[in-house]
Amino acid sequence: MGCSVEGVVAALRSAAEVVTAHRDELVELDRVIGDADHGENLKRGFTALVSKLDLSEPPATPSAALKLAATTLISTVGGAAGPLYGTALLRAATSVGDAAELDAAGVAAALRAALDGVVARGKAEPGDKTMVDALTPAVAAAEAAAASGSTVAEVLSAAADAADEGAASTVPLVARKGRASYLGERSANHLDPGSRSTALLLRSFAESAGGGDR
Amino acid sequence: MKVGLVIVSHSARLAEGVAELAAQMAPDVIVLPAGGMATGGLGTDYEAVSNALDRAESGAGVVLLYDLGSARMTAELAVESLGDPSRAYVVDAPLVEGAVAAAVAAQGDATLDGVAEAAAGAAREAFADAAETGAAETDSASAGAGDQEAGPVHTLQVTLTNEVGLHARPAALLARTLTGLTAEASVEVGDQRADARSVLGLMGLNARFGDQVVVTATGPDAEEALRRVKALVDRNFDE
Repeated sequence: MGCSVEGVVAALRSAAEVVTAHRDELVELDRVIGDADHGENLKRGFTALVSKLDLSEPPATPSAALKLAATTLISTVGGAAGPLYGTALLRAATSVGDAAELDAAGVAAALRAALDGVVARGKAEPGDKTMVDALTPAVAAAEAAAASGSTVAEVLSAAADAADEGAASTVPLVARKGRASYLGERSANHLDPGSRSTALLLRSFAESAGGGDR
Repeated sequence: MKVGLVIVSHSARLAEGVAELAAQMAPDVIVLPAGGMATGGLGTDYEAVSNALDRAESGAGVVLLYDLGSARMTAELAVESLGDPSRAYVVDAPLVEGAVAAAVAAQGDATLDGVAEAAAGAAREAFADAAETGAAETDSASAGAGDQEAGPVHTLQVTLTNEVGLHARPAALLARTLTGLTAEASVEVGDQRADARSVLGLMGLNARFGDQVVVTATGPDAEEALRRVKALVDRNFDE
């Protein structure tokens, strides 16, 4: 009932599709309070990841797939999202170890490790108007779901729901980290693009897990 | 063998310009720009930073300076992926002043710690300047607003008994010994005065073996600051 390496690869491909479909939306969100490159950067990174998945030997374990995604995003994204999502995926890869399949608890633990990585890298706290505002409640929801015996798909779905809410909660906030922090008060009343992309990525993972074999 | 520098910027031209400026002050130091994306746009390129980091390392370590947040993250990732991450520091400093201060320190054979401290010291100098300007402006308006209950002025008079006086390493040690203290401290030699937290400023005093040095401090931790400075001088700056 767990998530195999094929499941992880499918989730990453699904993420690439979602990021590409939402490229313009993310660019627009970032244009208002940032440097208008978030959507393009993520699209570039995930497109490069898909090419690697298409062209190279398929990764052997969930950890290897996550690591491939991490290194590809780090070297191709170009903006803050590269090191942040890259670190998140690297920590997740370390967290799952050499497991051939991830169970619900394993997925929740990987999400926790990813959050710790993002916080360590970006030094942001909840309330700073960053992806941490989406990822923090997502991890809490994933852990609660895993503890109550949910499946992998249910854990990811709970995480995605909480991330959506967390992203929405960034709208009134004044940014304290990232490019938007230079705007001060003017950053309020806008959705943070990083929290939005985090919510989109988690939703794509949830849908991929729910649609395929869990 | 000198500490190398890498300038990490979102813009290739910015990185090149800063590297050019810093290198002018330090002909024997490797100062490498790592700016912009491989495709030519704005952004930070992990591969470019990693490559520059390798090429700037001649055995004495590397200091990386950055322009904006994500450049810092990319630089930190590149350092973490080194075989020995303790051989390179990502330093939070104003890019131009920090690069010049670091290059000068590296040219003077400062250690990796010393070069990093020189770059970081440039930040404190910049902030101190800004605070001074701010205080001068508020002086006429309202007297109390500018100074944060400075309190009594504590003074310490010492004679330098270490061989090289306030050269790069001792200056860096002196500046660093005040870390974490809430105190304003300055060092006077003859009629020259410098912020005790500014490595460049201290070096500029040209204080030598046998020179009389007056250290003054204000603020809640003033006494502790002087105690630490005295201990450092008494230890001959661990020479």
